[in-house]
Amino acid sequence: MVHVSILQASELKKFYGAFCALDGVSLSIGQGEHVSIIGPNGAGKTTLVNVLTGLLSPSAGSVTFRGRDIARLDPVRLSRLGMARSFQLVNIFPQLSVRDTIALAAISTLGLGGRLLSSLQKNNAVWDIVERVSALFGLSSKLEQPAKNLSQGDKKLLDVASAFALRPEIILLDEPTSGVSTADKSNIMQVLVRAAKETGIKAIIQVEHDMDIVFGYSSRIIAVHEGKILADGSPEAIRARADVMAAVVGKL
Amino acid sequence: MSVASLDRPITAAVRQRSPWAYAVPVLGFSFIAAFPLIAGPHYAILMFSAMGFAICLLGLNLVFGYTGLLSFGHAMFVAIGAYTAAYLTAARILHLEVILLTAAAVAVAAAVPVGLLCIRYVRIYFSMLTLAFSMLLYSFLYKFYPITGGDEGLRIKMPASLLFDVSRMDTVGILTGPFYYYVLAMLIALTYLMWRITASPFGLGLRAIRDNQQKAEYLGVRIQRNRLIVFVISGVYGALGGVIVSIPVGLADPSLAYWLQSGNLVFMLLLGGYTNFFGPILGSVVFTFFQDQLMSYTEYWRLTFGIVLAVIVIFLPNGLMGVLDPRRRWST
Repeated sequence: MVHVSILQASELKKFYGAFCALDGVSLSIGQGEHVSIIGPNGAGKTTLVNVLTGLLSPSAGSVTFRGRDIARLDPVRLSRLGMARSFQLVNIFPQLSVRDTIALAAISTLGLGGRLLSSLQKNNAVWDIVERVSALFGLSSKLEQPAKNLSQGDKKLLDVASAFALRPEIILLDEPTSGVSTADKSNIMQVLVRAAKETGIKAIIQVEHDMDIVFGYSSRIIAVHEGKILADGSPEAIRARADVMAAVVGKL
Repeated sequence: MSVASLDRPITAAVRQRSPWAYAVPVLGFSFIAAFPLIAGPHYAILMFSAMGFAICLLGLNLVFGYTGLLSFGHAMFVAIGAYTAAYLTAARILHLEVILLTAAAVAVAAAVPVGLLCIRYVRIYFSMLTLAFSMLLYSFLYKFYPITGGDEGLRIKMPASLLFDVSRMDTVGILTGPFYYYVLAMLIALTYLMWRITASPFGLGLRAIRDNQQKAEYLGVRIQRNRLIVFVISGVYGALGGVIVSIPVGLADPSLAYWLQSGNLVFMLLLGGYTNFFGPILGSVVFTFFQDQLMSYTEYWRLTFGIVLAVIVIFLPNGLMGVLDPRRRWST
C-alpha cells in the first residue's frame, strides 16, 4: 500500500519543568493504519497523544495534520479539521443521556452549535447520525439513560462513540479498554474496528497496555520509552525485538 | 424523566409529550393571570414584583443551572434596569417599551466587557469575580452622588405605554391592571424564548459545558463564545426584570446592586429549584410572598430565611419544584 501520510509529527519535545517527557519524537501516520502506542508507565504515551491532539502544546517541534500545523490549535478547530479523541479516564457528561451525548457531536459535525433558537428535537439530520452511531456501538437500547448510570464498559463505548459521531478522518484513543473487564475489552475493540470501517475513518492511533489487544488489532506498533521512540514497525517486527519486549512488556 | 427538568431529553422519545408537560406552565400562568381578581391590590403588586424577579431568575438560571456558572453578582443587572428606568423617566421618556429596550441595550453594553473578563474563570472564581463587579457598581452608585443620587437613589416615575393609555388611572390601578398583564405577557414571552434557547443545539452545548468542559471542547463546543452569549442573555433578562421590580418601588437605589440582592436571587433560585426549568419562576413568587408575610410578623425574618435556606440545601437540593414533582430531577 502506498503510504499516504495523514498526520506527521517531527522532533516533538515536551518538558515538564526539567523533566523531559518527550525527547524528539517523529512519526508519520498513514491512511488505513491502526497504530498502537505502547510503552511502560511514564514513557510519555499519553503526553504524546495530548500533544498530537492539542491538549498540550509541545515545547519544540511541530505536528502537521492535513497539511496544517496544528500544534497550537484549539480542540474545537481540531474537531472541525477531522481529528477526534477519547480519553484514558472515562470522560462523559454525567447528566446527559446517551442520545444527547451523541447528538452533541452530531451538532458539531453539522455545524449547528451556534443555533440558539432552532429546535433540536425537530432536526432529523442530527437524529439520523445519533441513530446510526448508537446502533454501531450497540447503545441503541440505552439512548435515554443518563451517562452516569451506564456500566463502565458502556461509558467507554459512549466516550468513543461520541468521538466517532464527529466523523473524523483520524481518531486517537487513549486506552479505550482500560478499567473494563476482559470480556468487555474484546467487545469494545471489535465494535471499534467495525465502526471505523463503516464510518470511513482513515487512521486510528491507540495508546494501549494490553498486549493481547496490541498484537491482535494493530497494523503497526510504536514503542515509546523514556520519551523516545524505541521501535516502530509491524507487530511481527516488534515481537521479534527482544529489547523492546523487555522494556515494554517486561519479559524476555 | 420529565419535560421540565433541565436535562429533559430534547429528543424523539419526547415527541409524544404527555399533557402534563404543558400543565405546569398553563396552570401557573393562569393562576398569575387570575391573581389580581382574587387577591387584594397589595398582593397583586407583590405578584408584579415577583414576575420581575422571575424574569431575572430565568436569565440567572441559564448561567447557573444550564451552564454551571454561579453568578453571585447578578444584582448588577437588576440595578442597571432600575437606574435606566430612573434616568429615562426623569428625562420624561416614559414609554415602558423604550425603557425596556434601552435597559436591554445597556445590559448588553455592560455584560460584554464584564462577561469577557469573568467567563474565563469557573466555580468560585467566576462567582467572586461577578460579585466584585456588582460591588464595583454598588460603590459607584453609592459614591457618585451628583450622577446617581448617592444613597438616596433616584426616583422612577410611573411609566406609560405606547400600546395603551394609562394617564387617567392611579398607580395601584395601573400596577394591578394594564401593566400587570403587560408584565405577565412579557414573562410568558421571555419564558417561551428561554425554553427555545434551552431546547436548541446551542442549549445542549451549554449542558455539555456544565457537565464536562474538556470533553465538550473535543466534541466541537465553543466554550468561551457560548459562555459569553449566555452571560449577555442573562444580563438582558436581569435588566428587563430590574426595570419591572423597580416600578412599584418607584426608586432606584444602590442597594439594588448590593451583594445581599445577588444573594436573594441565588436564594430564590435554590428555593424554586435550579434543576427545573420552571424553578426560577416558582422560586421568585414564593420568595416574594414569603418575605412579605415574614417581615410583617417578625423582625427576625432574616434568621428565619437562613434556616429555610439551610433546610432547602440539606433536604431539598432540587427546591420546591423537586417536591411538587419528584420525578423532575436532573436526570433520573
